[in-house]
Amino acid sequence: MTRRALLSDWLVPLAVFGVLALVPAAHISIPKLFDQPVASPGTLQLLAACLLFGGLALTYDLQFGFTGLLSFGHALYIAIGVYLSNVAITDWHWSFWQAVLFTMAVAFVLANVLGFVSMRVGGIAFAMVTLAFAQAGAVLALKDPHHWTHGEEGLGADYTKLPKAFVGILNTKNLYWLALAFLAFVFFVVRWAVESSPGRVWQAIRENEQRVEVLGMRPHVYKLQSFVLSSTLAAAGGVVYMLLYSGSTLAVTAPNFTLSLLLMVVIGGAGSRWGAVLGGILYTYLNDRLVAVGSSSAVGGLPAALRTPLEQPLFLLGAIFILIVFFLPGGLVGIASRGRPVGLRRLQEAIRPEHGLTAPQEDA
Amino acid sequence: MSATATRTLLSVRDLHVLLGQSHVLQGVSFDVPEGGVTALLGRNGVGKTTTLRAILGLVGRRGSVRLADEELTLLPTHRIVQRSVGYVPEDRDVFTGLTVAENLRLAERDAEPRYDLVYDLFPDLEARAAQRAGTLSGGQQQMLAIARALLNHNRVLLVDEPTKGLAPSLVAEVADVLERLAQLTTVLLVEQNLGVVRRLAQRAIVLDQGRVVHTSEARELLERPELVRRLLSVGHAA
Amino acid sequence: MSTFILLTITGFGLGAMYFLIASGLSLIYGLMGVLNFAHGAFISVGSYGTWWFSAHVFDGIHSILLQWLLSSLVGLGLGAVFAGLVELVLIRPLYTRHMEQVLVTVGLSIAFVALIQGIWGTDPKTFPVPPWLHETTTIAGAHIPNDRWIEIATAAVVLCLLRLFLRRTRYGLIIRAGVENRAMVQALGIDVRRAFTVVFAIGGVAAAVAGVLSGVYFNDVSPDQGTNLLIFAFIVVVIGGLGSIGGSAAAATVVALTQQYTNYYASSGVGDMVVVLLLGLVLLARPRGLAGAVVGARA
Repeated sequence: MTRRALLSDWLVPLAVFGVLALVPAAHISIPKLFDQPVASPGTLQLLAACLLFGGLALTYDLQFGFTGLLSFGHALYIAIGVYLSNVAITDWHWSFWQAVLFTMAVAFVLANVLGFVSMRVGGIAFAMVTLAFAQAGAVLALKDPHHWTHGEEGLGADYTKLPKAFVGILNTKNLYWLALAFLAFVFFVVRWAVESSPGRVWQAIRENEQRVEVLGMRPHVYKLQSFVLSSTLAAAGGVVYMLLYSGSTLAVTAPNFTLSLLLMVVIGGAGSRWGAVLGGILYTYLNDRLVAVGSSSAVGGLPAALRTPLEQPLFLLGAIFILIVFFLPGGLVGIASRGRPVGLRRLQEAIRPEHGLTAPQEDA
Repeated sequence: MSATATRTLLSVRDLHVLLGQSHVLQGVSFDVPEGGVTALLGRNGVGKTTTLRAILGLVGRRGSVRLADEELTLLPTHRIVQRSVGYVPEDRDVFTGLTVAENLRLAERDAEPRYDLVYDLFPDLEARAAQRAGTLSGGQQQMLAIARALLNHNRVLLVDEPTKGLAPSLVAEVADVLERLAQLTTVLLVEQNLGVVRRLAQRAIVLDQGRVVHTSEARELLERPELVRRLLSVGHAA
Repeated sequence: MSTFILLTITGFGLGAMYFLIASGLSLIYGLMGVLNFAHGAFISVGSYGTWWFSAHVFDGIHSILLQWLLSSLVGLGLGAVFAGLVELVLIRPLYTRHMEQVLVTVGLSIAFVALIQGIWGTDPKTFPVPPWLHETTTIAGAHIPNDRWIEIATAAVVLCLLRLFLRRTRYGLIIRAGVENRAMVQALGIDVRRAFTVVFAIGGVAAAVAGVLSGVYFNDVSPDQGTNLLIFAFIVVVIGGLGSIGGSAAAATVVALTQQYTNYYASSGVGDMVVVLLLGLVLLARPRGLAGAVVGARA
């Protein structure tokens, strides 16, 4: 392994994660960024969420940025992670580990089945099919025919059944470390997967699926691998989510939830090593803090026309997203790689109109 | 016509086209003199259709295409066509959901489209004006595709394999029409049928593997069977 | 029996709105290859525009009918202008960059909903409509709310107008040809991009109409109404075939009726799920949609 690879593949990530692991022990405050000291439960909760979504965004990037699959239904698997683990523990009175194993198994099987079915089409049609499945799940969760999900009320987790380490405000730092562990785990798994030989085929598929076919390999098999790995990891993230927020609510089933992952990945930089992670952390942070900024005195003095949009984090994030798509398709990470095709530029093949949902032919 | 010095109407220089990973045109250069028919020849897959499409800007290309004094590569496709460049594509590309009359109406470009000329040459199309183009036979669609181009005054007409897939009687009809056309405008004709080429073309340009490998009077080429076989025979696919 | 009639008429009313949204989406995707996620924003421009003008500009008008009609007209105009601007500013610069086009419409939909929430809050708003619309007409024992008739009539009118436009105008001709083969239209010397703006504007108007009608149907307007309706419109577009107005109309009816009947006779929510799954199933069975053939054979 070259020095460079050793550095970027191992040393840098380990250093980053190592530093992050020290945060709960750091008795500092960063008033500009956080209301309270960095090691306080409130801030740690936010930071944990940031890291969790960094990991979740990376699971999405695995299929989007690395394999070129545009899915609008990734949240379905996160929701399975959130709901199934919670319901199993709280309503069915299973043990924590039984519930988690069961959840992962269900997610794995479902990803295989739905993924296999969805992949009969490509491009936009694939995106719509995944959207359809996720929406079906959302409706199911809302209408709750068998009183599993508890519909709009959601279900608070039965904290007596959860591992003691994750219960209680004082243990927020454990949840922080759990989220960090999840992020690190996803990071190294994705890295390993992408550079494995199937992973190289995924990247080839992203560039030009037809060529892969011409070379005698069957893209469906590889796409399904990527999809299943991505979805199963996402379900694991869902379990962490459930622990972090002590329950399950419909928020994870909304179409906006998947779309927010898409925004995270694109803003950070699709298909890059750190892009999705960065995007996830930044998005989650801004989503939380912009509300505070919006109601701060600085913004309060602005005329209503400027103030109102600024008070809405999603407006700003959506606008940033649009600007990035236009001017910085490589995402924030792409700033460092001027010239090379990165991010969205490598994904043109993914959405060619010929892949199902036939529409006009491509010209020039 | 071939004996006198003629102006160059269309001038292609160093045309490169990349389709996917394939370097289809690798520096194609040729001139099309004003008037008459110039044939663009070559085996299947050498890039003849791509050349026409590149002239029109329907594929990304590098290089130069000059029509009289104007550089066409700076213009988008619809502007190139508005410079009086007509196109009869391979596979005709008539709009099957539209009627014959609508297909023609869509193609109108000039202030006074030449319907009398079109209906004189293609009385069948006039009779079928209200018929959906998708229900026409292959030969009738070909006539419609040519009629479309005939409707307007064009300085140059790019015609791509107009006799492909047609029965011999239809081939003769199409050749008749093209002969009429050649009296009105300059034609750059991609054609595999050497009988048609012999009948219509004054000049011949041969492509092979994305480059021009031979330019001459059409007659000179066609009178040398061993040359024809070497450049155009099916046996040596690229 | 009376329930069945009520369900059916309501289904047609709902289908009318789906059609209005889907027709624009279908033309846009058929001609431009852009799946416009921002269509929900057009719907909201119609509904919120109508509400705002009704509450702030035309509130002095004595006749509620006139107030409502004028406000709606403004809402429609705003829908057309907004849609045209979106095409010119956001879509056109990304010509042939399909991935970016889809993403931009996604971003716009998110930002727009947030903007509306920011300005007017999440609480639903109502605008006054002629009281007649809230009354019912009795048919064979079923009490049909009168707004259903308006929705059905409006959709029928729009359907006729669209067909006339497509068949009788030059832009309509260009659009019909472009849906089939855009490159060839360019090769005839026609700048298809102008037709893009037209198609977006038409979509904007139709969606705004749906927005106004949804304000009547649901008795209020809210920020996420547009996006909620949009997913059903997507289903209609896919099932009905791209670029096919007739297909959209037929599919809208099928989807809405299925939804109504299943939600009632099976159980609430199942209808929504069935319809959503129908989207997946149709796509898997026939990627062109059911009416794909109507648009004409493609190379």
